[in-house]
Amino acid sequence: MKLSEKELEVVEILEKDARISSEDVAKMIGLSLQETDELIKKLEKEKVLVHYTTVVDWSKIDGHEGVTAMIDVKVTPKRGVGFDEVAERIYRFKEVKSVYLMSGAYDLSVIIEGKSMNEVARFVSNKLSTLDSVLSTTTHFILKKYKHDGTIFEPLAEDDKRIVVSP
Amino acid sequence: MKQTKSYLAKTVEDLKPSGIRKFFDLAAGMEGVISLGVGEPDFVTSWSAREAAILSLEQGFTSYTANSGLLELRNEVSSYMKKRFDVDYNPKSEIIITVGASQALDIALRAILDPGDEVIVIEPSFVSYAPLVSLAGGKPVAVQATEEYDFKIQTHQLEKAITDRTKAIMLCSPNNPTGTMLNEKELTELATFIETHDLLVLSDEIYAELAYDEPYVSFAAIEGMRHRTLLINGFSKGFAMTGWRLGFVCANEELTAAMLKIHQYAMMCAPTMAQYAALEALKGGREDVEDMKKSYRRRRNYFVQSLNDIGLSCHIPGGAFYAFPSIVSTGLSSEQFAEQLLIEEKVAVVPGNVFGSSGEGHIRCSYASSMEQLQEAVKRIKRFVDK
Repeated sequence: MKLSEKELEVVEILEKDARISSEDVAKMIGLSLQETDELIKKLEKEKVLVHYTTVVDWSKIDGHEGVTAMIDVKVTPKRGVGFDEVAERIYRFKEVKSVYLMSGAYDLSVIIEGKSMNEVARFVSNKLSTLDSVLSTTTHFILKKYKHDGTIFEPLAEDDKRIVVSP
Repeated sequence: MKQTKSYLAKTVEDLKPSGIRKFFDLAAGMEGVISLGVGEPDFVTSWSAREAAILSLEQGFTSYTANSGLLELRNEVSSYMKKRFDVDYNPKSEIIITVGASQALDIALRAILDPGDEVIVIEPSFVSYAPLVSLAGGKPVAVQATEEYDFKIQTHQLEKAITDRTKAIMLCSPNNPTGTMLNEKELTELATFIETHDLLVLSDEIYAELAYDEPYVSFAAIEGMRHRTLLINGFSKGFAMTGWRLGFVCANEELTAAMLKIHQYAMMCAPTMAQYAALEALKGGREDVEDMKKSYRRRRNYFVQSLNDIGLSCHIPGGAFYAFPSIVSTGLSSEQFAEQLLIEEKVAVVPGNVFGSSGEGHIRCSYASSMEQLQEAVKRIKRFVDK
């Protein structure tokens, strides 16, 4: 679908900060509050705005650090449904955070979050690799997250270095 | 030896210190200040430009460049000016890379002024214009742009200031501190006036990249004005490169040759690593610049609307990153307002009168701050005004 300029602006603003108030969004794009609310509702209905979430640095929370693994999965596509069926079987597991169909050496990139390496390993060996269409898996554990979805977790001190008043 | 003071140049002694200085001193010592007093972007220079400067240092590019700057950079500037602003300048003979737009202003003024020559400075104006004219031996003549015309200068206002010594007009659009931008029609009217009075124009176009509503038109692109214009631009505002001190000036060959004489004796060349950073900034595509502009526009909309909601009436500034609201409704002078706001609510703004007499009754607020800071500043200003 084609978005109007204002709609596109709303999407960009909310993508950066989903918690900003509609009042402030309205001022930023120069529409009334009511128009802005309607516009947001429409975008939600159209599933352009799919869902609002928060980027959490779980590694900071004792006992909840968790592990994330990226798994390269080779599969046999099925006649008629291609990769969709196996992708669906994989993404239905709640441990699975993302599934992408990839070009290159493997087919699906699956991102899994678990409480421990053991939990992830169990998932891979019990659930994932036992699926009929799955030929092989290669698991990579993430050691440290520097930047996630455009957000830097521990930014270097890029605080305001400007002098307080200048011409 | 006589007292040191008696050795000082009269011109320098007569210069008034900038009114901004006072607010800097006042604000600098305070904790928890939200500053809307900053005349520069809140973005850090793009990583690709910073990286290019680092690379140039690693490769040992630490020597002088040609006086007028790296030819490669002048080539890029030339095609940038052509593509963006539809003005044609020969990179070999009509462009000089300078130490910020400020130095470009300085050599431009020194190149054209004889003692006693007059330059019209349209106020409210950037605080350096009049002192630079004086230092170049000229006489600054202030003309007031007024709120009733949204601070757009009218030719009938200029008319009264013309004498037989008037040589040039300093033009700054989009303007610091008002944010006002002249559109093509208004520039064309001004051009007719310039032609009639046979003047030169120093066009400070440093905010050209930050035009939000109407397309930006360079004064040199107005018919017949190329030969009358000393076009000053740079990387500070649009490319968020203030600290690199890199600007440029474009003008016809004779004017450029005159400026280059001053530049080669007084400056030699602009810093080499900064030139490499600027080269990358120009080559690196426009995405960063467009993103920053978009972000400023949203913040402008938010901030100006909020000021009007509070009861500080503010015209919509077409460019730059300044709002220039009227504070007359509070019954305070610009200085009183700025001083009390800083002390009571810890928000730093610049009183409008430091930019010229028609700035009285206004304050300059830079909205080049994060949305969070602006939201908090709006809250504080509202509390202050409601008291």
